[in-house]
Amino acid sequence: MKFDTPATTNPIDQLKVIGHATSRIDGPLKTTGRATYAYEWHDRPASPAYGYIVGAAIAKGRIASMDLSRARSAPGIIAIVTAENAGKLGKGNYNTAKLLGGPDIDHYHQAVAVVVAETFEQARAAAQLVKVDYAAAKGSFDLSAGRDGAAKPPGRGDDQPDTTVGDFPGAFASSPVQLDATYTTPDQAHAMMEPHASMAAWEGDKLTLWTSNQMIAWTTGDVAKTLGLPKENVRLISPFIGGGFGGKLFLRADAVLAALGARAANRPVKVAMQRPLMFNNTTHRPATIQRIRIGAGRDGKITAIGHESWSGNLPEGRPETAVQQTRLLYAGENRMTALRLAMLDLPEGNAMRAPGEAPGMMALEIAMDEMAERLGLDPIEFRARNDTQVDPEHPNRPFSQRQLVECMRIGAERFGWNKRNAEPGKQRDGRWLIGMGVAAAFRNNLLMKSGARVRLDRGGTVTVETDMTDIGTGSYTIIAQTAAEMMGVPLEKVVVRLGDSSFPVSAGSGGQFGANNSTSGVYAACVKLREAVAQKLGFNSAEIAFTDGQVTAGNRSVPLGQAASDGELAAEDSIEYGDLAKTHQQSTFGAHFVELGVDVATAEIRVRRMLAVCAAGRILNPTTARSQVIGAMTMGVGAALMEELAVDKRSGFFVNHDLAGYEVPVHADIPHQDTIFLDETDPMSSPMKAKGIGELGLCGVAAALANAVYNATGIRVREYPITLDKLLHRMPDA
Amino acid sequence: MATVSFSVNGEVRALKLDTRTTLLDALREHLHLTGTKKGCDHGQCGACTVIVGGQRINSCLTLAVMHEGETVTTIEGLGTPEHMHPMQAAFVKHDGFQCGYCTPGQICSAVAVLDEIKAGIPSHVTGDLNAAPQLTNTELRERMSGNICRCGAYSNIAEAITEVAGRRA
Repeated sequence: MKFDTPATTNPIDQLKVIGHATSRIDGPLKTTGRATYAYEWHDRPASPAYGYIVGAAIAKGRIASMDLSRARSAPGIIAIVTAENAGKLGKGNYNTAKLLGGPDIDHYHQAVAVVVAETFEQARAAAQLVKVDYAAAKGSFDLSAGRDGAAKPPGRGDDQPDTTVGDFPGAFASSPVQLDATYTTPDQAHAMMEPHASMAAWEGDKLTLWTSNQMIAWTTGDVAKTLGLPKENVRLISPFIGGGFGGKLFLRADAVLAALGARAANRPVKVAMQRPLMFNNTTHRPATIQRIRIGAGRDGKITAIGHESWSGNLPEGRPETAVQQTRLLYAGENRMTALRLAMLDLPEGNAMRAPGEAPGMMALEIAMDEMAERLGLDPIEFRARNDTQVDPEHPNRPFSQRQLVECMRIGAERFGWNKRNAEPGKQRDGRWLIGMGVAAAFRNNLLMKSGARVRLDRGGTVTVETDMTDIGTGSYTIIAQTAAEMMGVPLEKVVVRLGDSSFPVSAGSGGQFGANNSTSGVYAACVKLREAVAQKLGFNSAEIAFTDGQVTAGNRSVPLGQAASDGELAAEDSIEYGDLAKTHQQSTFGAHFVELGVDVATAEIRVRRMLAVCAAGRILNPTTARSQVIGAMTMGVGAALMEELAVDKRSGFFVNHDLAGYEVPVHADIPHQDTIFLDETDPMSSPMKAKGIGELGLCGVAAALANAVYNATGIRVREYPITLDKLLHRMPDA
Repeated sequence: MATVSFSVNGEVRALKLDTRTTLLDALREHLHLTGTKKGCDHGQCGACTVIVGGQRINSCLTLAVMHEGETVTTIEGLGTPEHMHPMQAAFVKHDGFQCGYCTPGQICSAVAVLDEIKAGIPSHVTGDLNAAPQLTNTELRERMSGNICRCGAYSNIAEAITEVAGRRA
């Protein structure tokens, strides 16, 4: 189905199932421990051997020699795979560094061997006996040192490293009110709860991988490319994924090593990446240095806005596109953005939840707060004065929907924003200095082709099959709701099967594009199935209703299942998009509000209240959408207050590479969280009229906290995370 | 190798194990009770929480052979998809999870936390050590903080636990 004109009324608009707060249909499996994750298919393949990964102990250089003799003679050892004996390996389209290192080493903890044994304990013990001699080379590990030598990265389509509109330098210089400030965001880790894990089984030259992956089609292709197999010889199965956040978008070492290990061992092998390897072996969100310049008139209107960002990556890696939102979020006639990329020998930087906007908004939304203060304006009023209903770079291109100001105003009322004292450091509650902060939320809505197959059996059960994944986002449930709405059956009559490369290719899970696109693909397949049902039952009328398990036209009504009485009925289709995303800018908007306390003596920060107001098209399931948003708010608290991969700049690795050292929010850090979804449908986005929500919830949260810390203490911290050491020496007198 | 015998979810199980096998791996790899999750294998995340002799422990931090004759309850022992434990049902109702990987550990912890409070066991945030601890928001959040949820379902988990405890969140 081609979606190239705005959606009109369609069966989804009945809203009998869609739009209702609905418990996850996979909930009973997950809460009783019956959902099967990648490492847990104990019955198939039968009796797998265990692989244990050895990671490189240098960041850059070569393996001079490897001594496997002691490991090979250890009890239970079946095989040891290294680059030397693995055979020729290709590199996938989506990973920058190769997934099995040697003799060249590209980054710390790059896998250099997998040790396969009868048991996990034997593999682990033998892995300690692998002796590697390295010839270390000098590397670059310091972004601030590499900043001056950073180069302009190549552009990709509309994403160009440099953008300019009007005369930014002239307009900024002549602005009566100016801000020129530099912000830094650290390297961050996805730190999803389920480690990267895969089980591999070969049948001849056909490979089956039970794995934990967000993008089945991308990864199937990259497995084939890496191992030199035809794509049709690779099957991926990934129905449950213990979190991803972008860390499982791509093929990673666990899958490659399980496949190589299984080939060498001549039996199925399973590999779970050890937690302490994950932080340096896999990808991370790259650190940024961001310079923001804003010039405005005394009327509070922005005349010049400039945003530059420096990040680092391995050769052939991409920059963190932290300036992205600044091209679209606020008005201003004179504009510029620039991305620069330093070559670093740290582990591979890549997408983490809301790549670009998450760190970009961490900086931009502090800058807006600072600028509002200089103008003597309330930060909400300042943003409202610079709202734009069109793409500021292309004024003939409107936003499909844009309710940023509404989000802010409604949030302000609900949160009690008028109780905020604009003068910092003036609100006390015992030993606590109290502050409130606000920030805009913004993230683009992406349209991606997505397919599905729908089958109807004689009992009236509808089965949906698509390679879409559910990484905790609620895909199972919203896809079931979509099929139920379209086919006129209760939710219990829908079976959803996901995460299998033998199913039609979907958008997958990433970039908050999963929900809208995958359900639109299911919509397209259901439209076809409805046609097939009508034809089978001999309905000619265009006015056919699918309700309550019945197909009705005029005064004739037939049970839906009757269409499959002499055999299952199946339909397959994809949603594909025309140019509505070109003619209209499609984005999602929101406002984050935070109240926190800062201990006047210790500078300990405690979050007291949080509210997010979101305008993101039709909310397909308020329950799972809300969970996406509060989860993102939680991750935003981590980004604001604690998350930082500490770089050892001599040896070139992330030092705090486990869940004790890399701190993420725990129960005690998070108060009750509120969310509000504005009533919105976006007919430009898809037949579902929905947009993304999962990343919107993160964008801006950290800045709202930073602004609240400023409001509480009068201390402006521009280097994340906002830890006590950055406050203590500047705290106001108790 | 050594033999060990303990009760798991009401059933006596005898295993012959490499003595290095953790209780977690005994459950997952030998008994195929994979509801108990391995998130870090280092006692840092809580995903492997099970209830042994009525107390919650990180099953990755203890060897299976140390539990001869003991009673182990895992997430599978609390309830089934058809007959969920009240805590499991409350997690579904309040959407106290997303990806589901930390969930069994959260639920086992939550069940044990309510028992700890009932038994009068104080925590780091208990104000008066001579009074019976109450299930306040602060107590609940402090006691649950050994169970990380990266999807960030904490606010919903708190609602689920307080509902089971018979209090308003």
